[in-house]
Amino acid sequence: MTATTKTARVFGSGIRRREDPRLLTGTARYTDDVALPGMVYAAMLRSPHAHARITRLDTSRAKQAPGVVAVFTAADTESVLKPIPCLWLVPGSDLKLSPYRPLAKDVVRYVGDAVAVVVAETSYQAYDALELIEAEYDTLPAVTDPEKATQDAAPELHEQAPGNVAFHWVVQGGDVEAAFRSAEVVVRERIVQQRLLPTAMETHSAVAHYVPVTGELTLWNSTQNPHIVRFACSVVTGIPEDRLRVIAPEVGGGFGSKIAQYPGDFVTVFCSMKLGRPVKWTETRSENYQATTHGRDHVQDVELAATRDGQITGLRCTVWAGMGAYLSTAAPGIPTILHGLMLSGPYRIPALKEDVYGVYTNATPVEAYRGAGRPEATFMLERMINRLAAEIGIDPVDVRRKNLIPPFDDGFDVVTGLKYDSGNYVGALDKVLAHVDYRALRAEQARLRQQGRYMGIGVSTYVEICGLGPSQVAGAVGFQGGLWESAIVRFHPTGKVNVFIGASPHGQGEETTFAQIVADELGVEVTDVKVVHGDTDNTPMGWGTYGSRTTAVGGAALAVATRKIKAKAMLLTGHLLEAAVEDIEYESGRFFVKGTPDRYKTIQDIALLANVAWNLPEGMEAGLEATSFYDPPNFTYPFGAHVAVVEVEPETGRVDLKRYVAVDDCGPQINPVIVEGQVHGGVVQGIGQALWEEAVYDDSGQLLTGSLADYAIPRADQLPEIEVLSTVTPSPHHPLGVKGIGEAGTIASTCTVYNAVIDALAPLKVDAIRMPLTPERVWRALQPSREGA
Amino acid sequence: MTPAAIRLTVNGRRVTSSAPPLTRLLDVLRGEWNLTGTKEGCGEGECGACTVLVDGAPVNSCLVPIAQMAGVRVTTIEGLKGKHPLQGAFVELGGAQCGICTPGMIMAAVALKSRPSTADMQAGLAGNLCRCTGYAGIYRAIRRATRSR
Ligand code: FES
Ligand code: FES
Repeated sequence: MTATTKTARVFGSGIRRREDPRLLTGTARYTDDVALPGMVYAAMLRSPHAHARITRLDTSRAKQAPGVVAVFTAADTESVLKPIPCLWLVPGSDLKLSPYRPLAKDVVRYVGDAVAVVVAETSYQAYDALELIEAEYDTLPAVTDPEKATQDAAPELHEQAPGNVAFHWVVQGGDVEAAFRSAEVVVRERIVQQRLLPTAMETHSAVAHYVPVTGELTLWNSTQNPHIVRFACSVVTGIPEDRLRVIAPEVGGGFGSKIAQYPGDFVTVFCSMKLGRPVKWTETRSENYQATTHGRDHVQDVELAATRDGQITGLRCTVWAGMGAYLSTAAPGIPTILHGLMLSGPYRIPALKEDVYGVYTNATPVEAYRGAGRPEATFMLERMINRLAAEIGIDPVDVRRKNLIPPFDDGFDVVTGLKYDSGNYVGALDKVLAHVDYRALRAEQARLRQQGRYMGIGVSTYVEICGLGPSQVAGAVGFQGGLWESAIVRFHPTGKVNVFIGASPHGQGEETTFAQIVADELGVEVTDVKVVHGDTDNTPMGWGTYGSRTTAVGGAALAVATRKIKAKAMLLTGHLLEAAVEDIEYESGRFFVKGTPDRYKTIQDIALLANVAWNLPEGMEAGLEATSFYDPPNFTYPFGAHVAVVEVEPETGRVDLKRYVAVDDCGPQINPVIVEGQVHGGVVQGIGQALWEEAVYDDSGQLLTGSLADYAIPRADQLPEIEVLSTVTPSPHHPLGVKGIGEAGTIASTCTVYNAVIDALAPLKVDAIRMPLTPERVWRALQPSREGA
Repeated sequence: MTPAAIRLTVNGRRVTSSAPPLTRLLDVLRGEWNLTGTKEGCGEGECGACTVLVDGAPVNSCLVPIAQMAGVRVTTIEGLKGKHPLQGAFVELGGAQCGICTPGMIMAAVALKSRPSTADMQAGLAGNLCRCTGYAGIYRAIRRATRSR
């Protein structure tokens, strides 16, 4: 019997994003929009050399320039600023840390390494004065390729790391040597996961305001994790954490690059501490490309062992993962924990071993980039499965079917030691194949081949690891923090709600989805819930938005806090209606005694009565507020299957992406419109890697793709409509069943498109091309076969 | 030697700038008049985040010095006052994620002719980059708004 008529659930409905009105009217405030009285502007002098000894650094002329307030170098900062800590110290990997100084001292190690800062009344004056700093260098040999950097003759970056090896980590399970000894088929490939530029459209920015009389610092920062910035800033600057307020206002995209703790931020803070004035530093785009972290950069040697009929028996690989010149905040965890542990993907692989070498190179530090480790693992597997399929003459879809883990809904142990939560990989594959009519596509391909046209079909299945993660595991894998999230839900006397949450989204729309969670649990209007985030002074601790964890972990924290409120409301209702709490029921916003739904209290009644506290049961505290600290019992494992269709023009090498279909399973969707947007954006970013994007260094370590004119992020006219479908397999351990969706598209799409192109070129005997598959690369790859033809 | 003041109309209001003549329009809008809705994504004419209308035509405000703006009419995102059908359509159809490209996208779309073809949209927005949305929501929104215009 229900007390009210059922209304449509707000959980699962694509309601409009509350973030949008401010974004669409230009009233949203990003870090660079912050203007404070007396504010001055910082600009960084960056090394033009990839590797050099600083022989002279004379700032005296710059100090005299118009408007200049101060110029600082490492000589000024080193007594105040400590080196920037790396926060993911992967155990058992013989990690070789080297000091990562906010301003380089004696030696510069990549083009963009900061050596001095100018502060001036206007930003124009600051940039003008940079040119007056007299810096001289003795250049040293440089190396930017991670594999070459480990070879004997390579120049070394840090005395602490002989041979440039920052760490060596191994994952293994099963008897891989035996698997290869007895293999009927072995396929091999060298895969290069090229270096990428994350290219958040908002460059990195910081405004530091230090008030000498109180010793308090406020730092506006375009970051994905303000609470981690507060912690790191305290470590580096010595300002106590309680005097430090970090605000991540509107943040214009991050994709992993705004996880990192940046030298420029701490230098900006230093300037404000010295000058007692607010200081703003905002990167230019070319500075962003040099100084904001990059992504990927793997050289992978991969071998797959299998039976003749396509059963995978083993996987063995060596990876050289470029770290750049210094170990960025989370960098060591990415090619290891987030990559190596996911190597078996959605397949039953009985034995595998991977050696990962994290390598120092004379390049910009590498950090998480959308997918972080998982695209590099998924690509490896999906590539090798297609190679195996070609080798044994079986359709790649059938090879996948033969190896996919069968559906499971409460835990599956894989060879790397992880326990996947739930999955129905075959279900996702079936759905995407039915949607595109795979047989018909293959028939069309055969027809076109007869006409001399090169159509290709790429199919991928993937699983990823999200919702990072249990803090115990974080500790065990060397993450220098927890991975829980916290939330406070506060009901005001009028029944309106404030949510204060530690997680800090930056474009993913969680102000909306978080409000949906509360509204769904307690029957308040979604518009009555205001979500506060991104300010360390008025939100509880949170470990940041990355690894698709904000909805998965932050959302769970919020659900748990909301359920505490509900439990208190039950108690209070029982007291007020003179019934035992066991007899109180809740339905659609009403609390009532079983059997008498007409006598009820709404959550708004309860909010008022709890807040005025005139009549509470013995021992009950006043107010209606709950806090939760949610530490997930396991990771979540979203999955899916994608299909891409391309046509390649052999005469020009041009790849025409004709169709893209994604089936993703992130569990129940809180807001399907937002989910679709995440998939769209993610898929397109992954396509960018497959077809267009690459950070290119020349032999001397100069970044050749130093501007948006040279670095090709996807443009609207290059893309087909991305068709987005889903299946729903709830996570068994999550209070809402949700898994996370921020990275899925990127994880699957690079290999899907790549495999489609290679499939198209199969008749021309091309079986590998280095990414990105630009017309030039494709055309060149075709030359030998065409000559032979 | 103080530079001559530049007079122009911004969002319907007459304003005067005494910024040095080579100051970028973008910086004058943001710094002098606090119209921070116009964004900088590259400063090199490659991303369109800084798009404003100058006498009705879309212009990258990071590329034009204020000296060239004497007597023109400039419209920024603030000038639409939240009432333009494109703004409603963007909310409806997922046109914005992080929002940093959004004001520029909208200003470029405002300048499209009504009922634009896909090719018209692609040409009109060729200079506007978005890293978050994959463009799908943006194009849907523009299609919706320009149909009902
Ligand atoms: S900021 Fe003007 S085009 Fe990018
Ligand atoms: S919404 Fe983030 S760049 Fe377009």
